[in-house]
Amino acid sequence: MERKAVFSVLVQNQPGVLARVAGMFAARNYNIDSLVVGRTEDPALSRMVLVTSGDEATLEQIRKQLGKLVSVVKVRDLTEQPCVVRDLLLIQVACPPERRAELKHVAEIFRGGIVDVSSRSVTIQLTGPEEKVEAFVELCRPYGIRELSRTGVIAVPRDSSQGSQSPAIRRGVPDAAAGETASAVASIPRRTGRA
Amino acid sequence: MEDPIQTDVLPSAPSEPKQGTELLHEELLHQGVEVMFGYGGGAIMPMFDRLYDSPIRFVLSRHEQGAGHMADGYARATGKVGVCIATSGPGATNLTTALATAYMDSIPIVALTGQVATSIIGNDAFQEADITGITRSITKYNVLVQDVGDLRRVVREAFYIARTGRPGPVLVDLPKDVQMGCKVPRPDVQMNLPGYRPRRKGHMRQIKLAAEAINASERPVLYVGGGVLLADAVKELRELALRGNIPVTTTLLALGVFDQVADARLSLEMLGMHGTAYANYAVQNCDVLVAIGARFDDRVTGRVDTFAPRARIVHIDIDPSSISKSVKVDIPVVGDAKLILEEMLPLIKPRERTAWFRQIEEWKRKHPLVYDRSSSRIKPQAVIEEISRQTAGEAIITTGVGQHQMWAAQFCRCRHPRHFITSGGLGTMGFGFPAAIGAQVGRPDRTVVDIDGDGSFQMTITEIATAVEQKLPIKVVILNNGFQGMVRQWQEMFFSRRYCATRLNNPDFAKVAEAYGAKGMTIREKADVTDAVRELLASPMLTVADFHVEPEENVYPMVAVGKALHEMDMGALPSWEPTESMV
Repeated sequence: MERKAVFSVLVQNQPGVLARVAGMFAARNYNIDSLVVGRTEDPALSRMVLVTSGDEATLEQIRKQLGKLVSVVKVRDLTEQPCVVRDLLLIQVACPPERRAELKHVAEIFRGGIVDVSSRSVTIQLTGPEEKVEAFVELCRPYGIRELSRTGVIAVPRDSSQGSQSPAIRRGVPDAAAGETASAVASIPRRTGRA
Repeated sequence: MEDPIQTDVLPSAPSEPKQGTELLHEELLHQGVEVMFGYGGGAIMPMFDRLYDSPIRFVLSRHEQGAGHMADGYARATGKVGVCIATSGPGATNLTTALATAYMDSIPIVALTGQVATSIIGNDAFQEADITGITRSITKYNVLVQDVGDLRRVVREAFYIARTGRPGPVLVDLPKDVQMGCKVPRPDVQMNLPGYRPRRKGHMRQIKLAAEAINASERPVLYVGGGVLLADAVKELRELALRGNIPVTTTLLALGVFDQVADARLSLEMLGMHGTAYANYAVQNCDVLVAIGARFDDRVTGRVDTFAPRARIVHIDIDPSSISKSVKVDIPVVGDAKLILEEMLPLIKPRERTAWFRQIEEWKRKHPLVYDRSSSRIKPQAVIEEISRQTAGEAIITTGVGQHQMWAAQFCRCRHPRHFITSGGLGTMGFGFPAAIGAQVGRPDRTVVDIDGDGSFQMTITEIATAVEQKLPIKVVILNNGFQGMVRQWQEMFFSRRYCATRLNNPDFAKVAEAYGAKGMTIREKADVTDAVRELLASPMLTVADFHVEPEENVYPMVAVGKALHEMDMGALPSWEPTESMV
């Protein structure tokens, strides 16, 4: 059975390392849904967060092939554990001035914010797990999407040590900065707004 | 890192600045490099200048691909890291086939390439090619050196990566200004490979599980690959087979790992597409299959979902990504084959397995490797048998790729490790002759015979100049059928005998050899084969013996693509007896 997997890959920060990882995927005919590279707290290391999909055997091979690359220091399959996953969306939506208030209201429900406005459009910034971002994009579609840009997901595992939970879970309220917890996200229908 | 070559401190802490080429040369000597194979050019000239008065022997090939295969053949024959060197651009791209060959067969070589100066990289400079980009998927690791100060560390890492873990080729790209630049070297050379920690020791629980499976087995088979050679586990393998009383089949790359003569009772010889019937039947009928340093290649397994259908599969391999890659494994043991077998041996109990061996004997009796000995023409198999008989398995055999390679694999009686050298994974035509040069350079004490095809030999025939120049007494045997034979065989079997572009109009190979200053022989009569082989083996110089063999001989047995391993095409010889392949 196919499933989605999120790999967190710690790599040496050196020239060509992105090409090595991306090239391995291409050479072995694996799919990349998204790939984000960024610096870490250690300047010698970078972290890639890579979303891919496949059956269990393929995902196991992907994990092993990543680990085999000399520049790869550590590979973790984040889908095997609770983790915080976020995607950042910037979306410019066609919006005449008279519909601004309504769109602003929708964005607020998703804890997004308007970051740019013109007489013909508004640009909204929004973060959250992929599903939430996708649900919001669907809601924007009827207005007319002029341009859309997403970062792809980044993720860190939840700290599993005792007593440590996401503030959202601990307080029993939605996490204001980052949106809903994983369980809350599941209740958002993926295709809202589509006829 | 446990190994002393990697962790030394330079004898005296030098304060004088040193040139890049000097630092590189020091590290090559430190790594114990005795010989390099290569071809020069503009961007590598500084390093060649350093080699002018170096104690390192230099073998000048006539094409960079040849240099790469020579380094490969040297590595396979000696177990040391082979080193080749070429210039930027076309020099480097010519190495790619050799790198891919070494990568597929896990052979440790280090390739040094010149590169244009760092200031003009990316400007489409003369003889510029992005060789680290080009070779990323055919090397275990590659690196463009950016700074003179990094040189010794990077070259040390290259050798370490090439020969440890699952070995493989490493390419180091050397911009001209890095070769020419000067820096005061650091007193110590520290490798920086946080992501590279090959696992050597096997997990004891897995080793115990494997041993229990073997002990409980009525019909076990050891399926042995090139990893046993790479891990230097030949002795341990033999002990396992003898103590446990377990038959052994080897892959193409592992021929010679198990002595087919001294341990003939346990030897099933090679398995796979052109393996012996008894090896393939044994694999299909075994209840426990122990794969050691082998990777379940499609030429070995036949149709994967019907491979060893009754077996629990134990897989010992140093590369975790080899486990369950194409065939689901029941008991994986990740680590170095030698260390794992050492731990496993005391746990193995001797067993008779009379019924199993009786069955194997019957398969061997009913389905030996055969060919039509009554033919009036020279049969290629007969030439190989004669070479094998006269050399008694003591010669190093190299091959090209195709029919002659499969016949060599079937009819050479392999007795010693590192004595059968062939391109398995990539199937590189033209490999045999330059590999023979590398092997003869590394093993001057051994007779080296390149069993080649007329097609394969012509792909690297230029290297006759190299062998003559180096005074290497290599014996080249051309099984000349005037065809790209294996492809012709497939055209005969699967494309209605439409021989599209497989007929080869060959030169007079003996005359070509003579033109280069080598000895040439042409053999057309069956009656002359024995004497010709004797004359060839006695020749003190490079000798090319052109045997005109049966043009449309086929390789049998053959498992067609998509068939199960026991569904072999046995050919049409009357000596085949029908039998129940699955018992």
